[in-house]
Amino acid sequence: MSAGWSAAKRPAWSDPGSGAAADVDKASAWVQQLGIAGVLTSALLVLSLVSLGFGAAPLGWSEVLAGLIGTGPEEHRLIVQQIRLPRVLLAWLVGGSLGMSGAALQGLLRNPLAEPGLLGISASAGLGAVLALYFGLTTLSIWSLPASAMAGALLATLLLYVLTRGGASNLTLILAGVALSSLAGALTSLALNLAPSPASVQDIVLWLLGSIADRSLADVRLVLPFVAAGLLLLLAAAPSLTLLTLGEAEATSLGVHLPRLRGLVITGSALSVGACVSVTGTIGFVGLVVPHLLRGLVGHRPGRLLLPSALGGALLVLAAELAIRLLDTPQQLMLGVVTALVGAPFFLALVLKSRRTLA
Amino acid sequence: MNSNPNITSVESLLSVTGLSVHLGSRTLVTGVDLAVRRGEILGLIGPNGAGKSTVLKAVAQLLPYRGAMQLAGHQLSRLSARERARRVAYLNQDDQVQWPITVAELVALGRYPHRSAWGGVPDAEDRAAVEAAMHSADVWSLRARRADQLSGGERARARLARVLAVQAPLVLADEPVAALDPRHQLEVMALLRGHCADGGAAIVVLHDLTLASRFCDRLLLLDRGEPAATGPVDAVLVPANLRAVYGIDAVTGLHAGQRYIVPWSLEPDAIHPPDRKTGHGANVKPPY
Repeated sequence: MSAGWSAAKRPAWSDPGSGAAADVDKASAWVQQLGIAGVLTSALLVLSLVSLGFGAAPLGWSEVLAGLIGTGPEEHRLIVQQIRLPRVLLAWLVGGSLGMSGAALQGLLRNPLAEPGLLGISASAGLGAVLALYFGLTTLSIWSLPASAMAGALLATLLLYVLTRGGASNLTLILAGVALSSLAGALTSLALNLAPSPASVQDIVLWLLGSIADRSLADVRLVLPFVAAGLLLLLAAAPSLTLLTLGEAEATSLGVHLPRLRGLVITGSALSVGACVSVTGTIGFVGLVVPHLLRGLVGHRPGRLLLPSALGGALLVLAAELAIRLLDTPQQLMLGVVTALVGAPFFLALVLKSRRTLA
Repeated sequence: MNSNPNITSVESLLSVTGLSVHLGSRTLVTGVDLAVRRGEILGLIGPNGAGKSTVLKAVAQLLPYRGAMQLAGHQLSRLSARERARRVAYLNQDDQVQWPITVAELVALGRYPHRSAWGGVPDAEDRAAVEAAMHSADVWSLRARRADQLSGGERARARLARVLAVQAPLVLADEPVAALDPRHQLEVMALLRGHCADGGAAIVVLHDLTLASRFCDRLLLLDRGEPAATGPVDAVLVPANLRAVYGIDAVTGLHAGQRYIVPWSLEPDAIHPPDRKTGHGANVKPPY
């Protein structure tokens, strides 16, 4: 072919455009990321202090801090460290797990409607816990409830892995998750149906509603390692999640190992969410709402959404928990009920919005 | 670019021998040999379902295959994913960008194989490559725009800029001009031509036979998963092949020394192309 390619625009290889380089420069983007994380962290710390001070015995900031460090009166130390701190720490852990898992799953499935509940991870963890309650294992050891919840989450993960092994599409993964959720829900209903005593039914139902009240530091210590491990796995997936913006084929051509990426996100979600569900029950929609609210702030890049979503999730759970205690209803509202009441209409609005864009 | 001093300019950048792809018990592609040299565009043509995209995906190592592939002295299947990603850039047929990131960020994704596995901060070389690719594909003015708000032609150029930013010697493009207007078709093909003029090579899946004739150096015509013809453009795009493989008659002719092919009718022998004389293609030489 000897003809001239007149339309070919030759690149200016020698001159990478000095003045406009800032457009491609990611340094400013990094500053922005740090700024977002900083603002969210500050808000989280402030709200945590408010939460620690609020309660039947109101404490001032200085009293809260003194109670935390252990320099104040014994009574304050007990209230802050034993009663209120576990609640705040659990809010961080469960909110962080749900928020980051939601962001990671949405990135993996490239679907803003995805969240840990969608893949059946929460429902399976719930089933594990319900079975422990049903068979009275909880009377044998305090560890049996969390252990069986995590077993449920891990079993669900294994099943998902087997069902989607060998290059299955994300649609298969979603459908497998829906099937798994239904199965776990059906078995949970069966357990309730066959429960021998009304008391155990009430135990199960109350636990299923989801709450972070009346938990101890032992609960926090129990879930912390699993949450930490899970969140680290999810963070390891961040660069690959951003590349998935190009679709699976092009992401693979750029060096993304899809089975490894799926493994990281599913295992990370199962570990962190499964551990949290075992202590708090099922708290829905945090993983859906938080990434959606923050996505625009990080330029819609899935990898950059993970950390802000964890912080935002913690913030949201803490705020919801505080709102419940501020409302002071005769029968205290359960956290899972409140997040569902806020989250479900939000979910419907999202579905409506995506329907309009499709039409 | 990975330039091996032992490789002369006429030696193949990529050579594939005995390629076959199976899906369960079905054979999608079999018996495919191909070679691409630096500076050269190989066109993959053939009817829908002939296995063009399958061959391209196999070369991109996106699906399991049998056969041998050598890329600049390396066995392609033995390279790590990142090593391969720096040498082979792949442009998919599906043009969806999943999240509304900016064009500049979209193009910058092409630098991933050159960065640390954790993403890292792009260095000066990354930025220069991204800017050069954006200038080259003429999307510099669109760099702050959201990728989901571009027109079809703009998005095609932005995605091609992403591929060029990889600075891989070998570019694989699956129907890069599908759904583009004629001007944008010529622009995209010229861009690929420019990549080859810089010492790269490309394999391009095409349906437009005139574009294949004008921009490709050699063609591989596939028919139901098997090679029906391969070689220089004029040896492949002959009426007998078009009839046998596509079941069409085409009007062909020469303009400025290059062949145009206009698919005309389904019935064989319905028309007689004006110049079916042989020998006119002798002056058309590939640039190597």
